[in-house]
Amino acid sequence: MLNQYPLWKNLLVAFLLLAGLLFALPNIYPQDPVIEVTGARGEQVGETLQQNLLAALERAQIDIKSSELKPDRLQIRFRTPEDQLAGQDAVAKALPPQFTHALTLSPDVPAWLSAIGGQPMNLGLDLRGGIHVLIDVDMEAAMQNAVERIAGNVRTTLREERIRYVTVKESGNGVDVRFNDPELRDRAEKELGAEYRELAVSVRAEGDDYYVRVFMPASEERSARRLALEQNITTLRNRVNALGVAEPIIQQQGERRIVVELPGVQDPGKVKDLLGATATLEYRLAHGDIAQAFEAESSGRVPPGTALYRERNGQPILLKRQVIVTGDEMTSASSGFDQQSGQPAVYVNLDSKGARRMRNVTTDNVGKPMAVVFKEKRTVGRDAEGKPIRKWIEEVINVATIREPFGRRFQTTGLDSPQEAHQLALLLRAGALAAPIDIVEERTIGPSLGQDNIDQGFASVMVGLGLVLVFMAAYYRVFGLVANLALVTNLVLIVAVLSILQATLTLPGIAGIVLTVGMAVDANVLIFERIREELRVGSTPQASIHSGYAKAFSTILDANVTTFIAAVVLFSIGSGPVRGFAVTLAIGILTSMFTAIIGTRAVVNLIYGAKRVSRLAI
Amino acid sequence: MRILKSGQQIDFMGKRQTAAIVSLVMIVVAIGSIVVRGLDLGIDFTGGTLIEVGYAQPADLEAVRAALEQSGHGDSSVQQFGTSRDVLIRLGGGDGEGDDSARLSNDVFAALSQAVDSEVELRRVEFVGPQVGDELTEDGALAVLVALIAILMYVAMRFEWRFAVGSVVALVHDVVITVGLFALLQIEFDLPVLAAVLAVIGYSLNDTIVVFDRIRENFRKMRKGTPVDIVNRSLNETLSRTLVTSMTTLLVLLALFFLGGEIIHGFAFALLIGVLIGTYSSIYVASTAILMLGVSKADLMQVKKEGVVDDGP
Repeated sequence: MLNQYPLWKNLLVAFLLLAGLLFALPNIYPQDPVIEVTGARGEQVGETLQQNLLAALERAQIDIKSSELKPDRLQIRFRTPEDQLAGQDAVAKALPPQFTHALTLSPDVPAWLSAIGGQPMNLGLDLRGGIHVLIDVDMEAAMQNAVERIAGNVRTTLREERIRYVTVKESGNGVDVRFNDPELRDRAEKELGAEYRELAVSVRAEGDDYYVRVFMPASEERSARRLALEQNITTLRNRVNALGVAEPIIQQQGERRIVVELPGVQDPGKVKDLLGATATLEYRLAHGDIAQAFEAESSGRVPPGTALYRERNGQPILLKRQVIVTGDEMTSASSGFDQQSGQPAVYVNLDSKGARRMRNVTTDNVGKPMAVVFKEKRTVGRDAEGKPIRKWIEEVINVATIREPFGRRFQTTGLDSPQEAHQLALLLRAGALAAPIDIVEERTIGPSLGQDNIDQGFASVMVGLGLVLVFMAAYYRVFGLVANLALVTNLVLIVAVLSILQATLTLPGIAGIVLTVGMAVDANVLIFERIREELRVGSTPQASIHSGYAKAFSTILDANVTTFIAAVVLFSIGSGPVRGFAVTLAIGILTSMFTAIIGTRAVVNLIYGAKRVSRLAI
Repeated sequence: MRILKSGQQIDFMGKRQTAAIVSLVMIVVAIGSIVVRGLDLGIDFTGGTLIEVGYAQPADLEAVRAALEQSGHGDSSVQQFGTSRDVLIRLGGGDGEGDDSARLSNDVFAALSQAVDSEVELRRVEFVGPQVGDELTEDGALAVLVALIAILMYVAMRFEWRFAVGSVVALVHDVVITVGLFALLQIEFDLPVLAAVLAVIGYSLNDTIVVFDRIRENFRKMRKGTPVDIVNRSLNETLSRTLVTSMTTLLVLLALFFLGGEIIHGFAFALLIGVLIGTYSSIYVASTAILMLGVSKADLMQVKKEGVVDDGP
């Protein structure tokens, strides 16, 4: 019998339709204003915290809708945004410092639906508002740091092995060590080769100078780059988490770029200060007195093993070159006020290595002054190519006499304001950037614009869809209605697939959906025109339906494959907005092939199949 | 409902010389505009800083300009964006100071808040560094090229090289004219517009393939008739489909153009033009091209018949 689908095909269509409806469903639930509480640095949110916060909200007489404890976060839902704002104050007061909270929106999807994996689509920043930042990691600087590290290590090793060298000079991807004795050179080559297995070592001679070159082979260079990028991503993630942003995205893009997306955040200045900051602390012993420092400043000669610094008030000071501890050795930091003076202070905890060194040095130097150096890399200008020129700014923020030996935990004062102390503590907690970063792209979308984009996108989809539906019904009558059914189903399926993939819907993505609506009917137009042709040459209605679908198929396939190629190319080269468009276009092509060919065929078969039909309403 | 009387035969190919002249003129004007006037590239490509602000009442552009002048941003361009209440400011110069762009936009916003009485709201800030813009220009051009080559290969594989060349000629025709129109009218060419141009490639190709498919079928089926007759007949047979699909696509694009908001305006415009040009080119450019390349029955006969599709997919 012509034009009858086997049962399994009908069931498949019905099943996919139902699944599509089910997974598209989470998108229709309204978004509740939510306060999200997460723990910083592995701190877990628990029931006690939940009880405390709910009690605090109740005391403040704020009405909440519900609260839910998830594995990594606590969500408190409110009925209105006003309640949410009021609730924020109450939560902020009751929240212990190791937790952060953030305002966000979250749909109220019923438990059974989320249990089977039903989640709404992610909305892109252009639809919900927020900040998008593209960060370029300065790989040249990262390599330079790596070479500096090699130079330092080589010096230490040679000193420990008591091999006398003339100079250690950084050049290219490694260091050249000069000796004036070939024997020393050969010993150095052996020792360095054994000590640094990941590095390559070569020797050469120029006249009476004998050189050992220690350098990074290509593989080591690659892994150094990768490490720098990974460490920067981790550091940025720590810093963003400290900001208290719900659902931040921090992703690698390409070989040297990092994308940071912060939904709902509206202050780009604050974000960029925090992301790009390189501030850290160093502790060193002071040398001599002020008179010596002034003398060194005027003569330009500093005693061996010391360097000249300035305090915040401009006064010069001599410090020992040896650093006791650096920011890298700090495990945690918090800000507060010094109990005696009331000055803003940073409380620092050291790791075991740093703590041991600090204890040794302070034990040996009781009664002597120790200085705290605040170091920050700042962009001071740009070179001809637009690349930033950066310089270390170093200031001595505090000089204090060591009254008694100390180790793991201590405090530092001398900061300008509580804000500076807070910021510094945050940076010390999050860790240092492995390589300096440069913000190369930044987009901030205000919340009202996001809502406008949603409204306009929705309106254009609906109106465009409506126009096409009317046109198709008028032009192809019953078959037009079938195509319309397929078109609406196609929309549902696109939404379902986007929800399942947890793809991000952006404004260009909506444009892709709109375009798909226009083009999805193309397959049906091709089929219906073929059926009309077959009818015109005198085929029976059943035969016309059959050969109409059969003959149109390869045309539809060719046409869609070529458009699909365009979508894939778009996706592979595009950045954010273009990708959003490409994803919805590609998904739309796939779902529309299904609905327009198999879906409409199932319905047409149900209407006309396996019975006598004298004419078709087409 | 029918657009066309059935059995109607329009002699498309009889007018192919006229069409070729029309196409040639359009292409010359397009390339001329691109060379002489240049594209009004958006900050996505050039790099720079852009600020969109919304006022509660219709904005006084002169007051905005004065405020910018006072705060030292006199070289900025100020224009209305969509409604009379929204203002788009492109900050001139100073885009080298990337790290200060946030402060720059804060500055400007503060200046505007003080100067104009009406309540002002920051709707959007975009900063694109110069190297990102350069990369995008390269990547965009590369994408168009890669897409064209991939399509050329697919069509050559599925049809024959003359068809592949014909479809790519039609695509280049469409892309050049669409981009040329942006240069001629000095409409801003930004990232969404680039995406639209690529979508135009997809759409126009879709149209061309459908026509080619029918030409191939008719070459194999029709015993008599010159290649011109066969192409003419194929165009007529697919004409109603071509018109209906263009119609539905244009309907949604019009919805997008009028309702989609200002940000999507250029995108919708590029697609509107692209769809119109693409429809024209699949009839006149692609088909004329394969005729000029001397397509003949023999070229298509060697191809084995494709696997017969049974009861549909």
